[in-house]
Amino acid sequence: MEPQPRIGVYICHCGTNIAATVDVEQVAKFAATLPHVVVARDYMYMCSDPGQTLIKQDIKEQQLTRVVVAACSPSMHEPTFRGATREGGINPYFVQIVNIREQCSWVHTDREKATQKAKSLVASAVAKAALLEPLEDREVGVTSGAVVIGGGVAGMIAALDVADAGFPVYLVEKSDHLGGHVADLNRVFPTLESATELMQPLIERVQTHPHVTVLLNSQVTGLEGYVGNFELQVTNSKSEGPNPKLSAGAIIIATGYDIFDPRRKPELGYGQYPNVITSLEMEQRLATGALTVDGHSPQNVAFIQCVGSRDASVGNLYCSRVCCMYTAKQAQLVREILPEARVTVFFIDVRVFGKRGEEFYDETRAKRVRYRRGSVSEINQRGERVVLVGEDTLLGRPIEFEADLVVLAVGMEPRADTATLSTLFKLPRSTDGFFMESHPKLRPVDTVVDGVFLAGCCQGPKDIPDTVAQAKAAASSALIPLILGTVPVESATAVVDADLCAGCGMCVDVCPFGAPALDPLWGISRVNAVLCKGCGACAAACPSKAIQMQRFTPQQILAQVDALVE
Amino acid sequence: MGLKTDPIAEQLELFGCIQCGKCTGGCPVARKTELNIRGLIYDMLVEPEMDVKAHPELWDCTACFTCVERCPKDVRPAELIIKLRGQLVESGRVPETIGTALNSIFRQGNPSGMAREDRADWANGMAVKAAQEGCETLYFVGCIPSYDPRVQVVPRALVRAFTAAGLDFGTLGTEESCCGNEVRRMGEEGLFEMLVEDGSELIRSVGANRLVTTSPHCFNTFKNEYGLDDIEVLHYTQLIAELLEQGRLDFSHPPNLPGREAEGKIIVTYHDPCFLGKQNHIFDEPRAILKAIPGVKLVEMDRNRERSLCCEGGGGRMWVEGTNVEERLASQRVREAVETGAEVLAVACPFCLLTLEDAVKVQKLDDRLRVMDIMELVDLAL
Repeated sequence: MEPQPRIGVYICHCGTNIAATVDVEQVAKFAATLPHVVVARDYMYMCSDPGQTLIKQDIKEQQLTRVVVAACSPSMHEPTFRGATREGGINPYFVQIVNIREQCSWVHTDREKATQKAKSLVASAVAKAALLEPLEDREVGVTSGAVVIGGGVAGMIAALDVADAGFPVYLVEKSDHLGGHVADLNRVFPTLESATELMQPLIERVQTHPHVTVLLNSQVTGLEGYVGNFELQVTNSKSEGPNPKLSAGAIIIATGYDIFDPRRKPELGYGQYPNVITSLEMEQRLATGALTVDGHSPQNVAFIQCVGSRDASVGNLYCSRVCCMYTAKQAQLVREILPEARVTVFFIDVRVFGKRGEEFYDETRAKRVRYRRGSVSEINQRGERVVLVGEDTLLGRPIEFEADLVVLAVGMEPRADTATLSTLFKLPRSTDGFFMESHPKLRPVDTVVDGVFLAGCCQGPKDIPDTVAQAKAAASSALIPLILGTVPVESATAVVDADLCAGCGMCVDVCPFGAPALDPLWGISRVNAVLCKGCGACAAACPSKAIQMQRFTPQQILAQVDALVE
Repeated sequence: MGLKTDPIAEQLELFGCIQCGKCTGGCPVARKTELNIRGLIYDMLVEPEMDVKAHPELWDCTACFTCVERCPKDVRPAELIIKLRGQLVESGRVPETIGTALNSIFRQGNPSGMAREDRADWANGMAVKAAQEGCETLYFVGCIPSYDPRVQVVPRALVRAFTAAGLDFGTLGTEESCCGNEVRRMGEEGLFEMLVEDGSELIRSVGANRLVTTSPHCFNTFKNEYGLDDIEVLHYTQLIAELLEQGRLDFSHPPNLPGREAEGKIIVTYHDPCFLGKQNHIFDEPRAILKAIPGVKLVEMDRNRERSLCCEGGGGRMWVEGTNVEERLASQRVREAVETGAEVLAVACPFCLLTLEDAVKVQKLDDRLRVMDIMELVDLAL
């Protein structure tokens, strides 16, 4: 049996972040009176080198066996103090963090009460620390290779970067060809180069790359595993044969977007009047050069911006970020093909923010494209033509504008199958419906699922340069586990007491990670520690208390509660 | 002293406005009067005060709510007009005819200056149960259908249809009072609240689980503003479509239009009332009824459903002319109906019936187009 624990308690001032609201000296004095505590100190910055040295020295000189640090959130510095403890010579999991910053000083103003709360939290942590068990750092090997889902620009660029680094890549594409939406475009802004010329070399490189395997007509329909070792079930809509299972160390999702269907704005008459077309249909017409309407060359061409974007009435609050630029591009091309035609763009705000964007807008106006401020409210028929009914807000009066060709600048939407993939990969979506990145600024390609990364418009509307940038970022993030060859896994996992388990399977039902499974021979639950994320759902659900979460055992939690209510 | 703009801008969440112009662009009266709701919102946002009495065009608004439907930012532009009218009502600066209508509603429960005790006369000679005795469906007749001799045919036709379908229904008789939909839109919030309080108590006391109205206007306020959560509110077109669907109502022959000798299909076009269509998205049921009538061929005007042109009868406009009396939207609308080749312009709203029929007469189109409520056609075919 282990001798009595010897606990050191360290109260951090965090400059004035904690010390201004919590009387840290008093908390340290109080901590010194707690059971098993042999030393209690307060210090300006516990996370600093001298702060950590304090802990290391005490472990050696005072033969500490447990350490309690009352400071900021464990998500901030738990790894720091685990490192210090390890260097001090004891198991790094013998550290218990108390969050007296975010959960105390930052949210309270009454110094006396905040100090009292800090004391209670420290007492609670000390009680738990005495019962901590040693754990091992764990890591597992990584399957060498990646799966990229989606064969548009984002998917192809990401696949090529991973493959160029020497790792095998499966590129899974739902349709029967590579290229995504860009393959349907005519010319691209702001260079006006041909989309085909842009895409063809890329597609050829993907198809001939020795490390890339392209799976067309294919969809991922099943997922097992975890970062480093995923298994993906792929279903091929054209093949009768067995569906392949792919193994991968990392996954990049690049499934793209859907075009907004303007029939959801019936007042614009799309689907009703042949003169009203979407911008994507306009791309095809521009590609063929056939801009005729009913055999005539249109003399009045109107573009309407923000169709299905920035529009709460259809549930799309976001700006689609490409429409202003592609409209300017299409307007320029119309002026080229039909020099006599009058070209008018109805806009609310002109957003041409990218590199060369504003200059391109300047060039568009220089080509005598007319910009009128005001969103068109409805479109009606007038003879062979249609009439745009709206307000020119700069003139401040309602207008009726006759046109013989109207192009609706439709925005982007999350793909219809986003919900399916979201469930399959357990990926949360942002309020806009697109897949959600881990952090909007600092982790823009990561997801909450380790080893699964996002690229391109499945994460939100973006143009080709931004898509390529994000694809390359996703590839580089996906390469980290592939290059390292191992990934760390959670140390505190669920453990099953085989004598208590009745094999009811509730743990199997509640686990979001597929970690527990019923042993086919014995009928009792076994937890695959590699899959376990330590969330504790199974331990809470287990009716016979056969499952315990390490670091959160009933004894440890009850000791914490007892100390809190004392 | 002008009206302080900030409190109203905040209360109505006008700061969400991006000045896109869809409201004014879609506004049916903006094209013929000074009314520019986008401009008014802008004034509220950038000017510290507004001189409301300098805006007589506020009374031009028909409360069709196209602006509300079109707004991409969930601003409710028409609510600003209602608010500003409220300021005028409070200071007594209302057009005289509006004042008379409001006064009549306050005293007699109807805007037409008719006596309260005559409210149930439309049903003379018909057997209609008093809802107070208990019924499954409460039929709310409404002011204009109760009193206006041209419109009274509609509730009478509805009673015959409900009876034929074996519906357990009743009316409130002379206890029925104005629903207040137009009252609120004329800016008389206090009177509206009073009507809601008394009306909802009366309606609840009946214990019916459904409430059906003649007018889309009554329907709108009961459904969206009364908070009658446990009572299902229906417009009659929904109920009739349902009875047809269930086979409880059956047409026996093509409608025998008085004075019509021509053989062949009766070509009918349908005008979507703003309070039924745009505001409550009921587009299909009225059409389903018309299509089910034998001998009727339904054709559409170019502007239909969400783009239906307002008849200018809503928002109190039945009782005030507005600043432009020359061009009437109803006249434009009946010309659009004639262009379809239809001989009947079908409506589902008492106000539309009156305004459009008036326009037919003014335009001397009587020999080419007749305006009929859907129930008139139904009645002639049962």
